[in-house]
Amino acid sequence: MTAAAPAIAVEGLSKSFGGRMVVDALSLTVPAGKIMGFLGPNGSGKTTTIRLLCGLLTPDHGRGTCLGLDILTQSHEIRRQIGYMTQKFSFYEDLSIVENLDFVSRVFDLPDRKRKVADTLERLGLADRRHQLAGQLSGGWKQRLALAACILHEPRLLLLDEPTAGVDPKARRDFWEQIHALAADGLTVLVSTHYMDEAERCHEIAYLAYGHLLARGTVAEVIADAGLITFTAQESGTGMKRIADLARALAGLPGLDLVAPFGSALHVGGGDAALLRHSLAPFLGDSDFVWREDAPTLEDVFIHLMSSSTDNFAGGVR
Amino acid sequence: MSRFGVSAHRLWAMILKEFIQMRRDRLTFAMMVGIPLIQLILFGFAINSDPRHLPLAVLDADRGPFGRALVATMQVSRYFDLVHFVANEDESEQLLAEGRVQFVVTIPADFSRRVARGERPALLVEADATDPAATSGALGALETLARTALDRDLTGSLTGLKATPPPFELRIHRRYNQEADTQYNVVPGLMGVVLTMTLVIMTALAVTRERERGTMENLLVMPLRPIEVMLGKIAPYVLVGYIQVAVIVVTARLVFAVPIVGSLLLLTLTSIVFIAANLAIGFTFSTVAKNQTQAMQLSFFFFLPSILLSGFMFPFRGMPVWAQYLGEILPLTHFLRVVRGIMLKGNGPGEIAAEVGALAAILLVVSVIAVRRYRQTLD
Repeated sequence: MTAAAPAIAVEGLSKSFGGRMVVDALSLTVPAGKIMGFLGPNGSGKTTTIRLLCGLLTPDHGRGTCLGLDILTQSHEIRRQIGYMTQKFSFYEDLSIVENLDFVSRVFDLPDRKRKVADTLERLGLADRRHQLAGQLSGGWKQRLALAACILHEPRLLLLDEPTAGVDPKARRDFWEQIHALAADGLTVLVSTHYMDEAERCHEIAYLAYGHLLARGTVAEVIADAGLITFTAQESGTGMKRIADLARALAGLPGLDLVAPFGSALHVGGGDAALLRHSLAPFLGDSDFVWREDAPTLEDVFIHLMSSSTDNFAGGVR
Repeated sequence: MSRFGVSAHRLWAMILKEFIQMRRDRLTFAMMVGIPLIQLILFGFAINSDPRHLPLAVLDADRGPFGRALVATMQVSRYFDLVHFVANEDESEQLLAEGRVQFVVTIPADFSRRVARGERPALLVEADATDPAATSGALGALETLARTALDRDLTGSLTGLKATPPPFELRIHRRYNQEADTQYNVVPGLMGVVLTMTLVIMTALAVTRERERGTMENLLVMPLRPIEVMLGKIAPYVLVGYIQVAVIVVTARLVFAVPIVGSLLLLTLTSIVFIAANLAIGFTFSTVAKNQTQAMQLSFFFFLPSILLSGFMFPFRGMPVWAQYLGEILPLTHFLRVVRGIMLKGNGPGEIAAEVGALAAILLVVSVIAVRRYRQTLD
């Protein structure tokens, strides 16, 4: 495999559970050495896609390679070369940090095991806590331990499934520094997240909704491709009407795909510029509010994408 | 309403929630209905504390009319199944040691002639008394039986011999457990029961726990083969099983004074097959159960027939044939024969080979099922 070959290249990947299409003909290429952000609403198929990539699930249709290895036939080899960090903490809570890492290093039959465990503990700042039980660690430290266990065998590809959910901002920032340091060493990372600031830290992002890939590219590209126009209205402070009143008045007007209050401001937007301006025209002159046109954010784009795709998960258990 | 009052609405909310959850857990629901039914039918018909049709062998050195009459009566008796005619002492010894017959009746040479002469010859009955419960009733029946058999032929000039005492002397020889001490039978059997209970439950929980705690996903994505996971899970418990064996053997000897006639080394070596078979069964349960509660239920579902149909609680030979076949599937049945054979009868490798073979076959079949059931994916 040459340096230019992609770390992940899959085509037409599909998976359904009990008749529900969770991943629908997904094609995705992740270049080697890049950090790819994987975004999408809950239940959009991110976790399923990651599990398909590492062989935990068998696709119904489609084919592809992970690190040049066939995901259908060579999943055992793939498992040796990837690090997969599950959404839910999945190491042993009744083992200490170092015992967990020892277990993983033995399973991977790592040469020079002791030194590698010591190095990894050092690298992630876990050395001082090595003898603490994993179950007693806070969210941030658990996530560090999970990352340590995933990179112990020096994988070439990291699959991280919402690694920073429920972790405080400082720990998240440290985590991302680690991810960037690993990518600088040549590791490819596919990371799913709900945080916009994290998406912006990625080299590229892919947006998944209800099993379909809706957008892909750098953050700037994804925003530009969405073709969204946004305005922000601010209470002028002189009038009687409040942001909430404005939001009620605007709701449901044609061309407004997006109406979201942010404190004393209201953010509105739409994909059809002419229609949006036409609907807003009666409000722009209202002296109770100050309007300005601004650049759409990544979040605007995602909420817009989400509302324009349909949920195929309606229904319940029986 | 006061702080301690019970609100019907709150109570109802709780009850309703429990019912919904009960209905979602299909396996538990099925077991709640199925287990009582299955077990009632199974044990209701299978268990018989006054066993009939016990296997018996006859050594007829007499070959005279009275000997033949005895044999004929035993053949039609419901107490006994005459399964073997043996030619000599060695053969009868072998049958008893292997547990293939419960009794050997020896009709000595010249029996008929000496009965006719009124000499009251001895009729020797050797009984495998490892399980006193299985033998005592039948031994009582044997005397009546022999007497009726002979009375019919005591005609003409011999009619006088019908009077008490009987025209022969029934000499009963209880083998392996002379004092008919029930503890001698129960304590070695308990070894098998304790091992079955603890080992099956321990491994049944092992994999389910990984699944419940979410560590399974991680285990699956690591380069571990199913057989490695299974053996790795089982091996530590083999040691636990051995500690239990040691504790029970020592207690049996010191507290219950159970004689240990055979080789402890042989017992140690054969125990491993039984221990491994139980662990493999537990592992299989844990691949079926969705959570630890289900794993516990499955273990108990297995445990009950193990106790009732294995010959631990009730004489194995006293059960109907179909129940005996069912009992043969259970590892405990075979281990009971091995452990009682070694400890009470002094069985050697030759006598227990068939039972150990059966245990090994069970182990193999269950292991194959366990490994095949263990999924390497989350599909």
